Amino acid sequence: MAGPRWTDRLMGIDRRFLFIVIAVAVTLPLLFPVNLPISVSPRVRAAYETIDAVPNGSPILLSLDYEPDVMAELQPMAIAVLRHCFRKNLKPVVLTLYPAAPGLIERALAIASEAEGKKRNVDYVFLGYKSGSQAVILGMGESIRGLFPKDFWGTPLDEIPIMKGIDSYAGFPLVVNLSGSKIADYYIQIAHTRYHRPLVLGSTAVMATDYYPYLSSKQLLGLIGGMKGAAEYERLIDIVGDARKGMDAQSLVHVVIVALVLLGNVAFLSSRGRGARPGGGAS
Amino acid sequence: MNVGPLIVTFLTGATLIAIFFIPHHLAQKLQSTLLEWAAVVYAFALILGSMSLWAVHQRKIKARGTGWPFSLVTLGALVVMTTGGVFQGIEEGTVVNWLYNAANSPLASTMFSLLAFFIASAAFRAFRARNTEATLLLLTAIVMMFGRVSIGEYVWSGFPAVTEWLLDVPNLAAKRAIAIGIGLGAVSTALKIILGIERSYLGRS
Repeated sequence: MAGPRWTDRLMGIDRRFLFIVIAVAVTLPLLFPVNLPISVSPRVRAAYETIDAVPNGSPILLSLDYEPDVMAELQPMAIAVLRHCFRKNLKPVVLTLYPAAPGLIERALAIASEAEGKKRNVDYVFLGYKSGSQAVILGMGESIRGLFPKDFWGTPLDEIPIMKGIDSYAGFPLVVNLSGSKIADYYIQIAHTRYHRPLVLGSTAVMATDYYPYLSSKQLLGLIGGMKGAAEYERLIDIVGDARKGMDAQSLVHVVIVALVLLGNVAFLSSRGRGARPGGGAS
Repeated sequence: MNVGPLIVTFLTGATLIAIFFIPHHLAQKLQSTLLEWAAVVYAFALILGSMSLWAVHQRKIKARGTGWPFSLVTLGALVVMTTGGVFQGIEEGTVVNWLYNAANSPLASTMFSLLAFFIASAAFRAFRARNTEATLLLLTAIVMMFGRVSIGEYVWSGFPAVTEWLLDVPNLAAKRAIAIGIGLGAVSTALKIILGIERSYLGRS
């Protein structure tokens, strides 16, 4: 009796084998980086140029709204944007609307400020976390001190020189939101549309396409999407951070997934050609 | 039927819509007050959420339900993080900070990265060229996957340009249509709630 055809064997492959292939595809490039060149998309270049055009020494509002689940994409982005701001001598006023974010932001600020030789409350402010997302974004249009009377480490805002004369969006020539959630929508609706602040957005890759309409309507002046966007930003400011390192792994994983999809389809079409009912297992 | 909640909803909704369009300082002052109320309500929601979490898992532990040891870990984490945060703070060197960096961050990242494995497996088994629409979707996905990573340019130099076109033309058109639809739907639902036509938020249909 003839054994199962190669197509049946392929389509019934144990999913744990696929998991091993993906694990290898992720791990190898991280251990042995190739540093594939990265081309910069117009959206990321627009984000870079918008931040770059802010006059030196100006305060800039950075809302970093993400938690550890999406840190692989947004943490390198935050570090790259912060380093760009520090190089331009901009004064980032950072806050978050996510309760589990302050630890990540502290780390990002520490890395970026150490790399660029900047000091807390002299070159940047971290306001910390405030609950109420939409209400906070709306409230900052009226009074930041009403929502954040002290910074993350307990210093009253009135004692921080950067915050002198700043109490609402009006004090910032630009707002930047790096978000892993719908909070980005609120910034577009409130900070930009209602309070007319220029806005740049950074998001996870899966969210990025949702915001393309806002780019064409100029409600967003730039969009940094996912790890690829973060890697492009790193290239623009000429640093090799976690995003550029991660892009090698992402490249190989994409190639592996495309190969798997093609193989699956070859087997499927071959099975269909001989009239067999195509098999398949749980994902 | 109790009309009290309906009146409160109508007055709150109508007032908030009105003050959005009134630039007078009294309207802005009223808005600031309402925003402060909202912040207090959000804070209470956090407390309520914690109490609810406690009640659900406590019940599970008492009943020795499926996976009750996980509930024990959840409650333990809740107690340690809350107590540590209240009495020691969350700065560097504290218990909360250490647990956040050593446990919370890696665990949350790990959970999310598992997606890569499941997506690969699901794509291999389910992404089939069964008909014209599925074939178009399949081809678009392949172009996008190559076009969004550095290696794509080496495979074919046209991938980035095709990817940009897909994002800027068909994707943008579809997203814009969806956004307009969602916007109209949200306005319609909000009006139904404010006018008391939609009452399911009161706990009954």
